[in-house]
Amino acid sequence: MPVRVQAEDFDAGAEILALRRGNPKIGALASFIGLVRDVNNGEPVTGMTLEHYPGMTEKALENIVSEAQSRWDVLDALVIHRVGLLLPTDQIVLVVVSSAHRGDAFAACEFIMDYLKTRAPFWKKEQTAQGTRWVEARETDDRSAERWEKMSPASAAHRPR
Amino acid sequence: MLKLLYFARLRESLGTDSEAVELAPSVRDVAGLMDWLRTRGGSWSEELAPGRTVRVSVNLEMAEATTPVRDGDEVALFPPVTGG
Repeated sequence: MPVRVQAEDFDAGAEILALRRGNPKIGALASFIGLVRDVNNGEPVTGMTLEHYPGMTEKALENIVSEAQSRWDVLDALVIHRVGLLLPTDQIVLVVVSSAHRGDAFAACEFIMDYLKTRAPFWKKEQTAQGTRWVEARETDDRSAERWEKMSPASAAHRPR
Repeated sequence: MLKLLYFARLRESLGTDSEAVELAPSVRDVAGLMDWLRTRGGSWSEELAPGRTVRVSVNLEMAEATTPVRDGDEVALFPPVTGG
């Protein structure tokens, strides 16, 4: 299963090893880890709670990974996203993509994160000294996702190798 | 019956995370469902006001205003997502 939603922390090294072990076709592996910061919009953040839509979340993430696999030469991909209470420095999300060459791995990894930020049903509620507040969606995230829509799968496949 | 789910800010301001509703005959799509829910007034008409950004999914897929809504569907209403 390339997609996991869990409260538990993850070990990126162990996950990467499990994904690449024994596959000599892999020449490149790109990974991304998102972390909880202690500040947002200039205000100190003491923690956050991640809510999601069980059932739809997994389906949305699987669709995003499938879309990445249809656009680039991806050998394997993994997405782990945590839910529940998280504190500053905690890991939130892991994306790992393996490919024959780095261009496909880099692009697919970034694409998965950009689409996850705008299409997967997760919501963050931050804790601050003033109380809790729901994080507002950012327009910059929409624009990051939109740039892939303008790029046809054919042109996207011709990234540097 | 239609299963309605609410998440995040909407769940809190509407005071419920789910409900089963008998669909009014006038409701055929997502836009119709939103119009119908607005007639409840109070926080419903506020949160679902046309200017507010509310995302809707039908049977676990992101939906648009014209997406059909039928008896037995699972429809969720939520704010724009903020994961990652």
